[in-house]
Amino acid sequence: MTIDWAHFTPWMSLGGGILLGIASAVFILINGRILGISGILGGLLAPKTGDVGWRIAFVLGMLAAPITLSLLTPDDFLSAPRIEASYVLIVIAGLLVGYGTRLGSGCTSGHGVCGLSRLSPRSMVATGIFMAAGFAVVFLIRHLL
Amino acid sequence: MTHTTVHRLTEFAVGLLFGLGLLLSGMTDPGKVLGFLDLAGAWDPSLALVMGGAIVVGFFAFGSAKKRTTSFLGGALHLPTARDIDKRLIIGGLLFGAGWGLAGFCPGPGIVTMAAGEPKAAVFVIAMIAGMLVFQFTDRKPKS
Repeated sequence: MTIDWAHFTPWMSLGGGILLGIASAVFILINGRILGISGILGGLLAPKTGDVGWRIAFVLGMLAAPITLSLLTPDDFLSAPRIEASYVLIVIAGLLVGYGTRLGSGCTSGHGVCGLSRLSPRSMVATGIFMAAGFAVVFLIRHLL
Repeated sequence: MTHTTVHRLTEFAVGLLFGLGLLLSGMTDPGKVLGFLDLAGAWDPSLALVMGGAIVVGFFAFGSAKKRTTSFLGGALHLPTARDIDKRLIIGGLLFGAGWGLAGFCPGPGIVTMAAGEPKAAVFVIAMIAGMLVFQFTDRKPKS
């Protein structure tokens, strides 16, 4: 194994991760909600009375993040995202992520952050499986095909 | 301010904080995500620190949440009750992980990167919502 030192950002990633943890902490303790993106979105697609406002408020907050960061930081503070996948791959990926996260009741935030923080065996299994599938697909694409 | 307004404002703030965390951590850069998932190539360990940082904070928060019956704002504490490790969890995880590895986007970063103005992220989010709708309309198990 070789480490990609050029792209490794230990402090920014640790700091960003701590922010994700604080957001999840505030959400469960103050609002009583699990911070899981696929669940929050999924609930918007099958709206129930009295269960919509909090989801919309949260998503609007997420959508406001890039403009907020650009107002607070100098230009080129973050490097531009590197999106290698073609549009066809992007569509297939989106369909898989949407369907899979609903079937498996969670994604990186709900299972990966909140579930592991709760020490939920179910989320540990889910996280282990989606990480393993991610490792396998990247190995397949980058080293076998 | 009404109680509902306080709720909506805190939810917005949490969404904003979460989005900022995703941006700063590097999760919104698919190249970084794939660099982490590429164990056999030049490996970028950053995402392990993202998860580690988030879980350390979350561990204490959920530890204290488990001892409570209501949130600080007085509402119900919606902690998950499902415990079964079944076929749905496993197949769902496999499909999600495969999609994550194909493009390097998971749901939150897809949405935030779309908001940053990346057309490919917008296409990802539309396809993801379509995938969620396909699930919703074909799922035979009644929703709990």
